[in-house]
Amino acid sequence: MLEIRFIKQLFSSFLDLLPILAVVLIFQVLIIGQPIPDITRLIIGTLFVILGLTLFIQGLEQSLFPLGEAMAYAFAKKGSLFWLLTFAFCLGFGTTVAEPALIAIAKEAANIASKGNIIEQTEAARDSYALGLRITVALSVGFAIVIGVLRIIRGWPLYYLIIGGYCGVLILTPFAPAEIIGIAYDSGGVTTSTITVPLVTALGVGLATAIKGRNPMIDGFGLIAFASLTPMIFVMAYGILL
Amino acid sequence: MIAWSIHFALSLLATCRDILPIAGIIIGFQLLVIRKPLAHPKKTLIGFLYVLLGIAFFLEGLEMALFPLGKLMATQLTSPEFLGFNPNQQPLSWQAYSWVYVFAASIGFATTLAEPSLLAVALKAEQISGGAIHAWGLRIAVSIGVAFGIALGAFRIVTGIELYYFIISGYVVVLIQTFFAPKMIIGLAYDSGGVTTSTVTVPLVTALGLGLAEAVPGRNPLLDGFGLIAFASLFPIIAVLGYAQLAHWLGTRTRSSKS
Repeated sequence: MLEIRFIKQLFSSFLDLLPILAVVLIFQVLIIGQPIPDITRLIIGTLFVILGLTLFIQGLEQSLFPLGEAMAYAFAKKGSLFWLLTFAFCLGFGTTVAEPALIAIAKEAANIASKGNIIEQTEAARDSYALGLRITVALSVGFAIVIGVLRIIRGWPLYYLIIGGYCGVLILTPFAPAEIIGIAYDSGGVTTSTITVPLVTALGVGLATAIKGRNPMIDGFGLIAFASLTPMIFVMAYGILL
Repeated sequence: MIAWSIHFALSLLATCRDILPIAGIIIGFQLLVIRKPLAHPKKTLIGFLYVLLGIAFFLEGLEMALFPLGKLMATQLTSPEFLGFNPNQQPLSWQAYSWVYVFAASIGFATTLAEPSLLAVALKAEQISGGAIHAWGLRIAVSIGVAFGIALGAFRIVTGIELYYFIISGYVVVLIQTFFAPKMIIGLAYDSGGVTTSTVTVPLVTALGLGLAEAVPGRNPLLDGFGLIAFASLFPIIAVLGYAQLAHWLGTRTRSSKS
């Protein structure tokens, strides 16, 4: 029984990957007109990706989803708003501060700032700028999850908050240094990692299910939206203040 | 084989390091605040190991097969030899880069379809909506949004138009759509903007952006190479809201024509 499910999942992972393979092969062979450099590596690598995706989905349904929902229920039952919000903040801050994509982007941003004479051209100045940026983004994600959880509990309509946030982005953009705008916009997209997303989604949906009068479909989603919105505002503010 | 095993062990270790803060927070709160044992500790632990192994294999495979090839193609497609001219002589019109836009759109579509975070959200949405939202339909809508976004982002790098003109007009469209879209879909649509750009999409798209900014005369890779990810997070929102509006509109039309 388990094996049949596993094989089915392997096949569906293969289907998920097929478009990438098709794009890469068609462009490489037909349009660029070059042979595939190392065909064995391509095949082995593809098999790895398929296996990885299958294991990930298996673990998702067995562990991350139930875990996120169980914690949401436990907090709702405990009824302590303080601890729930503390947990929300830690989850947002803790998962973002060590995010590899964010580390890479912060480093790149420090190089740009250094070349644009925004900060001193020393290693120490660059490092402290990059670290400051990472902390800023992590704080903003922690803040975002707190606001998102508070919204689910209070039942505020999502779109008021999102529209308010976008207005904040629009107002800040003309005042922010030109070098930071692209990075600020991009940092919103890179904050949510493969493990954070299922956990945070399950937390939101679990809370909306556990609290009376909330609809998991209307109220449960939106946490990730906040987590990609607030970094833009915080990073631009960071650029303006420095 | 030994070199490979070491490499794989290292990437497994890196994944563990990324998971460590999350595991620490969950265990800490579970022990100190909730103070209740987990329902299925063994099952949860095994599932966690699956996630760990899965991500390690996934990244290792991408590093081995797709990233080098994708990055190579991004540079090949933007090279002067492929475009068939010398960029120092005269600037090319934006039409000359048409294969770049096609590549940007196809790679954006294909990578988003394989993005694990999007898969997670789509599975959850299908489960909660009781099948009213189809995981596949949602993923395709999001992928179309990303494809369009990345192609437009590539066009922006080629023409050098300011990033925030596009982003601001995109947000205005989102705001208008929000007023008309069915309430049920709004949270999900906003969320799908954030999940599209992670493990698979970011490295390939960044390589494309930087390659393009280097190849097009007058562009600064440091300034213009960024911003593609912002496009890839904005347009899925528009696509999903549009998809919901279309489905809603078709639904009401069929109902009213029947009555």
